[in-house]
Amino acid sequence: MSDPVLSIRNLCVEIPTRAGIVRPVDSVSYDIAAGEILGVVGESGAGKSMAGNAVIGLLNPPARIASGEIWLNGKRIDTLKGDAMRRLCGKHIGMVFQDPLTSLNPLLSIGDQLTETMLTHLDISREDARKRAIAALEEVGIPGAAERIDSYPHEFSGGMRQRVVIALALCAEPSLVIADEPTTALDVSVQAQIIALLKRLCRNRGTAVMLITHDMGVIAEAADRVAVMYAGRLAELGSVRDVLTAPRHPYTHGLMASTPLASAGQPRLHQIEGAMPRLTAIPEGCPFNPRCERAADKCRQAPAPRIVDGQAACWFPRVAEEAS
Amino acid sequence: MLAYIIRRVAQSALVLLVVGLAAFSMFRFVGDPVENMLGQERTAADIERLREQLGLDQNFVVQYYKFLEGAVQGNFGVSYRQGRPVAEILIERAPATLELAAVSGVLAILFGIALGVFTAIRRDGWVANGIMSASLIGVSLPTFLIGILLIYIFSVELGWLPSFGRGETVQVGNWSTGFLTSSGLKALVLPSITLGLYQMTLIMRLVRSEMLEVLRQDYIRFARARGLRSRAINFRHALKNTMVPVITVIGLQVGSIIAFAIITETVFQWPGVGLLFINAVQFVDIPVMAAYLMLISVMFVSINLIVDMLYFLIDPRLRLDRAGGH
Amino acid sequence: MTDTSHKSDAEIIAPKLAEKSRLRVFLDSDIFYAFRRSPVAVVSTVVVLILVLSAVFAPLVAPTNPFDPSSLNLMNGFSSPMQPNAFTGDTFLLGTDDQGRDVFSTILYGMRVSLFVGVAAVLLAMVLGITLGLISGYVGGWTETIIMRVADVQLTFPSILIAMLIFGVAKGFTPVEYRDQMAIWVLILAIGLSDWVQFARVVRGATLVEKRKEYVEAARLIGRTPFAIMLRHILPNVLSPVLVIATISLALAIIAEATLSFLGVGAPATQPSLGTLIRIGQGYLFSGEWWILLFPAVTLLMLALSVNLLGDWLRDALNPRLR
Repeated sequence: MSDPVLSIRNLCVEIPTRAGIVRPVDSVSYDIAAGEILGVVGESGAGKSMAGNAVIGLLNPPARIASGEIWLNGKRIDTLKGDAMRRLCGKHIGMVFQDPLTSLNPLLSIGDQLTETMLTHLDISREDARKRAIAALEEVGIPGAAERIDSYPHEFSGGMRQRVVIALALCAEPSLVIADEPTTALDVSVQAQIIALLKRLCRNRGTAVMLITHDMGVIAEAADRVAVMYAGRLAELGSVRDVLTAPRHPYTHGLMASTPLASAGQPRLHQIEGAMPRLTAIPEGCPFNPRCERAADKCRQAPAPRIVDGQAACWFPRVAEEAS
Repeated sequence: MLAYIIRRVAQSALVLLVVGLAAFSMFRFVGDPVENMLGQERTAADIERLREQLGLDQNFVVQYYKFLEGAVQGNFGVSYRQGRPVAEILIERAPATLELAAVSGVLAILFGIALGVFTAIRRDGWVANGIMSASLIGVSLPTFLIGILLIYIFSVELGWLPSFGRGETVQVGNWSTGFLTSSGLKALVLPSITLGLYQMTLIMRLVRSEMLEVLRQDYIRFARARGLRSRAINFRHALKNTMVPVITVIGLQVGSIIAFAIITETVFQWPGVGLLFINAVQFVDIPVMAAYLMLISVMFVSINLIVDMLYFLIDPRLRLDRAGGH
Repeated sequence: MTDTSHKSDAEIIAPKLAEKSRLRVFLDSDIFYAFRRSPVAVVSTVVVLILVLSAVFAPLVAPTNPFDPSSLNLMNGFSSPMQPNAFTGDTFLLGTDDQGRDVFSTILYGMRVSLFVGVAAVLLAMVLGITLGLISGYVGGWTETIIMRVADVQLTFPSILIAMLIFGVAKGFTPVEYRDQMAIWVLILAIGLSDWVQFARVVRGATLVEKRKEYVEAARLIGRTPFAIMLRHILPNVLSPVLVIATISLALAIIAEATLSFLGVGAPATQPSLGTLIRIGQGYLFSGEWWILLFPAVTLLMLALSVNLLGDWLRDALNPRLR
């Protein structure tokens, strides 16, 4: 396998609060290869968006990267500051936000926003930028792109706006796209289209994608590999097929059992007892231990093991035969 | 859009009618206009003649109509105190106030927006924090104290600038301007700072809080995520969105400048309509008060209309008839 | 953010504390905690208290009664602060004015007038605004349209201008020989009438929200009269925004009073407020008697600034969303 596009090593994000320092992201490591879609899944507050924001340098102060490394195409980027980081954003890393209704500037036409982004990063003329903007809109499936380029965001529907957002994120041809809950705010009927679009565009261009979502269905649909996060830590990392069909971590297992799957005739949805701990009160040992059926003394004392691809951060992982 | 404008113009006309009613009621019911105008030596025949002349023997609605008719033609009656037509006095005094208001307005808007943007972008810098603290004092400092303070420093102590009057003026047609002489320009400095400072503070504080609000929006984060230069983000993306709510207030503030000129003109003995008005209030010169009220309402209403038009220029969401199909 | 959550906690706990004294409850409350934590709020409160108390007890605090002609000595005129007068050898803390009145004493008496007018005007505006706001919010229909239209038109004009106009008109109605005596009351009326709109808008807004809530519905169903419902159920819910507006309005009213008096359309020379004193003092600016102007001006600034800061703090503490 070639070198990964994105490589995160032991990333820790800290926020100093009155109650002490909390770590919304704690020792997280994963890679994404070119053309690969990594699904990052977890409950809200699990740290999945925070990790994405850390990669693109958009952490809101006082949140900050405390330790760890982020490498993009063989260059270390977590140490970059100010203008050097800005040049990277949009050009090498694209980002798609959750709500297309609020992520477009209402007072600028979509053509303005597209050409502005391209002119910032690419050495092309204004006319070329406009041509490429129209092409980009066509590519994301905006009908009549040439006529609609001077329209304003409010003149588009939610699904169309998300297509515009994707065009914006991809217009400078970045090698990595971070999609933070790109379908959560959309109608169910549109969700699949947007996911398919994202998948197609990135496959064609060989773009690496970090697809952040809480929706297992989206993961199953789009991702190649999946990283499961719990309380700021990586619970399990592996190929979608492995993780979804034979989850090793009890949390992933619970998560899968609580997801309604159209295919499986589950009699009743499973429910994980309790709730994810608040970041100020993460239990000692494995953070999942109070909710875990398999928890032993070791889980309450020693932190869960660090993992690489295909492993679960668990002292007593489930084995394939157990799959219910 | 046309329908909207027509509706706004109609609303403005209604406001003017109401204000006109207030002005007329003042004129009609405060004291006895005949008594006020004739003074001590009067005969019954004089009173009767003036009564008829003023139309006071007719019924209220007719009188109101006549008043409005006169007002539209610029006829506001005769000043009780000066014995001259009010319109004549106003025209004579207007250039002084308008020049002062224009200079202060421009100062307030330019510096208000610039400082507001600066304090929003450098939110945690000590310069920005210093400006914010100073502005709170500025809001609590009455205009007349600012004027006195400036006079004390720049006229009494340093002797750089005149403390009263307009300096030399040049007559251009009916308009007497202070812009063309150096003493006229010098005389403008202190009054226009005095008048503009308070409005500037308000505009600055508003721009800052709106800008901070806008900078938190998703589209700003998205713009950052696209790697746009911070100048483009701050000025093209954020400032433009900030202006939508700010413009309303700026419109109101520009109106207030003309009203607040009363205070500044008193401090600096600036021969404008504000000084005229305050003298009218002191001596209960009702025709002048009524005319000033009408004049200022017309200005306010026009400014509001202009502000509404500006919305259309800035915010595409309001240009609904342009939107075509969805 | 944390303040709101604390506040709701406090409200939940409050009933359990019934056996505690009210003072204890107040001292334990989050608002008092936030107060102690804010140096600005504490300092402003202390300044306001000192100024208000010394104004209220001016006859006891002031060394002389500046309006008692028998205590005046023209020879004392224009004494510099803290320096013995060349003729009489008397020393005055803040100097004297042209007529030999002790500036410190005239400030204390002037502050009385300023505060009295300010507080009375805000009370008038508050009563008027709350009443009209409650009525227009609760009754709705034409009543509401008319009240809010008038409010809108009035809001278009700066309140100082409205106050001047009202002052001029009211002066016109007052017989000439009573004008000086009535000036203070006319001033209160003018400032009060120019300032009710803020109260009315907030109260109306809150009334519209509360009106739809179930407990008001329930009160209506058991046959409470609209007046009783407004008084007992809706009014308590709008008190905290009203308190904030009242504080900020007080600062504005004090400034408005000073401005009007400075312009010569406010408190008369026989009953001078801080603004009148500044007006008088301005005349001596060029001749070097700076203290006649400076001390009243500084007092006015301290008063307005500390009330303003207190209002700002109160707004943030009571309701972070009310801007």
